[in-house]
Amino acid sequence: MAQIKKILAGALALCMAGSVLTACGGDKEGDTGSTGGSESKTEDAKGGSEGGNEEKKEDTKEETKPADTASLVNTGKVYNVYCWNTEFKERFEKYYEGAKDTALWDGVTINWVINPNEGNNYQTKLDEAIKKQSSAADDEKVDLFLVEADYAMKYVNSDACLDVIGEIGITKDDLKDQYKYTQDVMTDSNGTLKGLSWQATPGLFLYNAEYAKEVLGTDDPDEVQAQISDWTKFGEVAQKMKDKGIFMVSGYDDTYRCFSNNVSGPWVTDGKITIDPQIKAWADQTKEYSDKGYNNGTSLWDPAWTAGQKIDGKVFGYFFSTWGIPFTLLPNTLDKSADEGGEMAEGNGGYGKWRACKGPQSYFWGGTWIVGCFGSDNVAITRDVMLKLTCDADIMAQITENEQDYTNNKAAIKKLIDGGYTNPFLGGQNHLVLLSDAAEQIDLTGKVSAYDQGCNEEFQGAMKDYFQGTVTYDEALAKFKTNITTKYGDLTMD
Amino acid sequence: MARIEGIAGENEDQVKLKIRQGVAYAVLILLMFISLLPFYLLLINATRGKVQPGIKFIPEGQFFKNIGKIFNDAYKANYGSFIKSFFNSIFVSSVSTVLCVYFSALTAYAVHVYDFKLKKSVHTFILLVMMVPTQASAIGLYRMLVSMKLTNSFIPLTIPAIAAPATYFFMIQYMASALPLEIVEAARMDGCGEYKTFNIIVLPILKPALAVQAIFVFVSNWNNLFLPQMLLDDQSKKTIPVVLQLIKANIDSNPMTADAGLMNMFMVLAILPVVIIYLLLSKNIVGGVSLGAVKG
Amino acid sequence: MRKTISYAKWGYIFLIPFVLIYTIFSLVPLLETFGFSFLDYTVSQGSVSSIRGGGEDTIINNGFCGLANYIKVMKSDGIFNMSFRSTVVLWLVGFIPQIVISLLLASWFTDIRLKLKAQGFFKTVMYMPNVIMASALSVLFFSLFTKSGAIDDLLGGPDLLKNEWGARGVVGFINFLMWYGNTTIMLMAAMMGIDTSLYEAAQIDGANPSQVFWQITMPLIKPILAYVFVTSMIGGLQMYDVPYLIGGTQGNPNGVLKTLVSQIQLGKNSSVGAVSALSIIVFIVSAVLGFITLKIMDDQSIKTRYGKKKKK
Repeated sequence: MAQIKKILAGALALCMAGSVLTACGGDKEGDTGSTGGSESKTEDAKGGSEGGNEEKKEDTKEETKPADTASLVNTGKVYNVYCWNTEFKERFEKYYEGAKDTALWDGVTINWVINPNEGNNYQTKLDEAIKKQSSAADDEKVDLFLVEADYAMKYVNSDACLDVIGEIGITKDDLKDQYKYTQDVMTDSNGTLKGLSWQATPGLFLYNAEYAKEVLGTDDPDEVQAQISDWTKFGEVAQKMKDKGIFMVSGYDDTYRCFSNNVSGPWVTDGKITIDPQIKAWADQTKEYSDKGYNNGTSLWDPAWTAGQKIDGKVFGYFFSTWGIPFTLLPNTLDKSADEGGEMAEGNGGYGKWRACKGPQSYFWGGTWIVGCFGSDNVAITRDVMLKLTCDADIMAQITENEQDYTNNKAAIKKLIDGGYTNPFLGGQNHLVLLSDAAEQIDLTGKVSAYDQGCNEEFQGAMKDYFQGTVTYDEALAKFKTNITTKYGDLTMD
Repeated sequence: MARIEGIAGENEDQVKLKIRQGVAYAVLILLMFISLLPFYLLLINATRGKVQPGIKFIPEGQFFKNIGKIFNDAYKANYGSFIKSFFNSIFVSSVSTVLCVYFSALTAYAVHVYDFKLKKSVHTFILLVMMVPTQASAIGLYRMLVSMKLTNSFIPLTIPAIAAPATYFFMIQYMASALPLEIVEAARMDGCGEYKTFNIIVLPILKPALAVQAIFVFVSNWNNLFLPQMLLDDQSKKTIPVVLQLIKANIDSNPMTADAGLMNMFMVLAILPVVIIYLLLSKNIVGGVSLGAVKG
Repeated sequence: MRKTISYAKWGYIFLIPFVLIYTIFSLVPLLETFGFSFLDYTVSQGSVSSIRGGGEDTIINNGFCGLANYIKVMKSDGIFNMSFRSTVVLWLVGFIPQIVISLLLASWFTDIRLKLKAQGFFKTVMYMPNVIMASALSVLFFSLFTKSGAIDDLLGGPDLLKNEWGARGVVGFINFLMWYGNTTIMLMAAMMGIDTSLYEAAQIDGANPSQVFWQITMPLIKPILAYVFVTSMIGGLQMYDVPYLIGGTQGNPNGVLKTLVSQIQLGKNSSVGAVSALSIIVFIVSAVLGFITLKIMDDQSIKTRYGKKKKK
């Protein structure tokens, strides 16, 4: 881990000088030199299908002018932040405290209200607080709260969130370096953006290079990618792996995000639950894989799932997001952990023996968004927090450098790539290129609903019995229906 | 003849006794292993590092490092002072335990000793409400406490212990077998007031029952997560299980700060006081023997 | 006798704290739940309450609906039917070994002839598992029993948790482990209340240990035994954490770990009406079973307690 940090630090040091310049320039107009240029190129490249549509949206959005920053309220004495773990608090203290607009914070103290989400505790309490927002004493009003993608729409659909542009006063230009999907998640049906994230969490397929060589005859990421670039090919490789006694993936849920991020419509429309063809395709495929022995029948985070990440763990690959590599795959694949003084170098378990490729479909996994709450008496502070923590290329580059968060800033990431970044854990591969491609390709327009969390969880859970062969698909589906309509009493399903 | 038979019988008895002892020890030792296994694993985990794939049976070298992590500044910034949350838990658990045990005994005493019109209805009512699933009124209770402005307060975590149907039930069952009404009447003869009789004469007789319930109530309060988690937002008010939940939340969703070694060490430290309380109170349960003798 | 009457007021006085506190903290929310069970009441999870005015409310209350919630819950594919049997089976799987072992241990510990050594140590050890939070215990045992866990490997990889009875067995085992010490202590406390001269007399009469146990110990500890049965059953019907942590929200495999309370947990934020009805049903079932148990096991002490006039 220490080595990754060193390399990242080195890469960053190289581009620091440039980054300062572009950051200053960017603040003014956004027509600056090199980064701006390459920026628009990537935009054009991905434009395609929804390009025109987007243009229009932007036009209509132009009507909601950025709020006048001078007139933002900042009368509160306590800034209340609602979240479910200490992640944001740590980022805030480490990266925002030093950069904050001290004038805004004069006489204001911050109050962290942290409620773990186990048993839906976080949302229950947040909802209660939002409900009381207008009657609450000034110092008890929610100023900022955090949400995750799977239930973000619940808040985005409501009128509790402040409009990032129209009410908080962030400009389109401030947001230009963010990945589109991170904004899709927080955009309501009228096209209003309601929250921002400092991180992006695109995913890749991480594979065991030794098995790749053994079975496919190559461990080169491009060649491996060519062999698994769609699900048909992926299945063919799975058969080859099976013949050698290797599981293609570890468990049932591993491929789920690839499918669920590429659905044609959301789980719920007008109070009705529909099973998208992509979701059904996941169930069919996983059933097939289970019957044919392409997977090891594990569930995410199980000991058996973890054990497969050893270099001789008999599992070819895992779908991992940015954070999964340093924090899950790395520690799980080592023979001797860093705590025990294990060296971060080849020879220690699977270190250096994993590679990354894009996999059959782009997807993301995880991520946290920050939202300003209506009725807040410190909107000016919210603007400052959002600007510094989600738009500022320098700060975000630092976060990537120190925390191994893949930050939501194309410019920061590009600088790292241009700086000749390589990852020794992946045998010197530069997987940031893959991640940034993947992040660009994720499109969630019209694919998210407020009920995704429950639907995903309950569907995956209900299908387990089907994969294990104890019930038919229809029986599993019937169980899903009963569960989901209990969990969400306001929904119906055919 | 008779004498020889007697000796043979005694020998046989001795053999039987030895066999019974043997069986008893075998069962006890097996149960001991099973019961201590989770503690052993927990202790092992408390010597391991931040990420702990799989189960291990041999300790690693992080024990003192993990203790250190609970008292360092990073811990304090994220989870508040350990000492503070520890004493919050001690306070809440002790107060609830005392209130619960004392008032349950008093309530049971009222129903057991006095004859009054509503006696039967009260007893039936308390037994009935004992059957109410705790989940049934959880959300309503939370809303109510919020509107009573009782969040971030220890009041809703301690005072309701006064009305504990299950403890009442135990007390009255115990009184049925161990509190003869003669004792109460003897006290009255001596001119002892009713409330005083309960405090001075009856409570000591109930000591084994009080000790048993005190242990259970203390442990369940010490481990209680549900209501404290809903009510305590203020970091300086959080109890041990609430903080543990926070440490866990980081393990589930914040890999950078996730630290399983820290979490397991936290659990080890959190268990210690309960074990001590148990050892202290279990002596009183043994005291029951002498009570039986006195009664006889 | 004259005096007894004048003492009655003390009965009421001593009941005041309980009644007062119970009414404030438990009865009010309970009555609310009772009311909800007759309402067509759901809370939308698709949004949060409108705070700018004019927006839709998340609460969808279509008013009184009679027994519709109860009927819905009790239907063949309703949430009561889906989990009542599983819950009872799960409880029994843990409770039967628990009560057997506890009776055995308690009688051993109190047996004056057996003279077991290191009793204090064993008594402490057996209570210890109850000290660990159910969640921590479940997580530990999950990692032992799950696929590739230590015990799973030891047994040759049967993957117990994917087998219906295997999963029930593991949950039952954890419940047993958590509660056998607790039960033993209570039974012991009851047995210690027994007059030792009764045992001595039995010994002189030449009764063997099992005769002593069934004819002296059992009848005398009936009140506490009844307590153990009833409270354990109530706890069993409300079982939640352990099966949830082993089988997830679905109670896999095949829903055998899906308990009544996990249904309540699943719907409490949204299907308020239905879940309230389920809570009331669980309450009624507990009450009926509880009073039947008391009637069978503790008839004597109930009679004494309720008898028109005490023996005096």
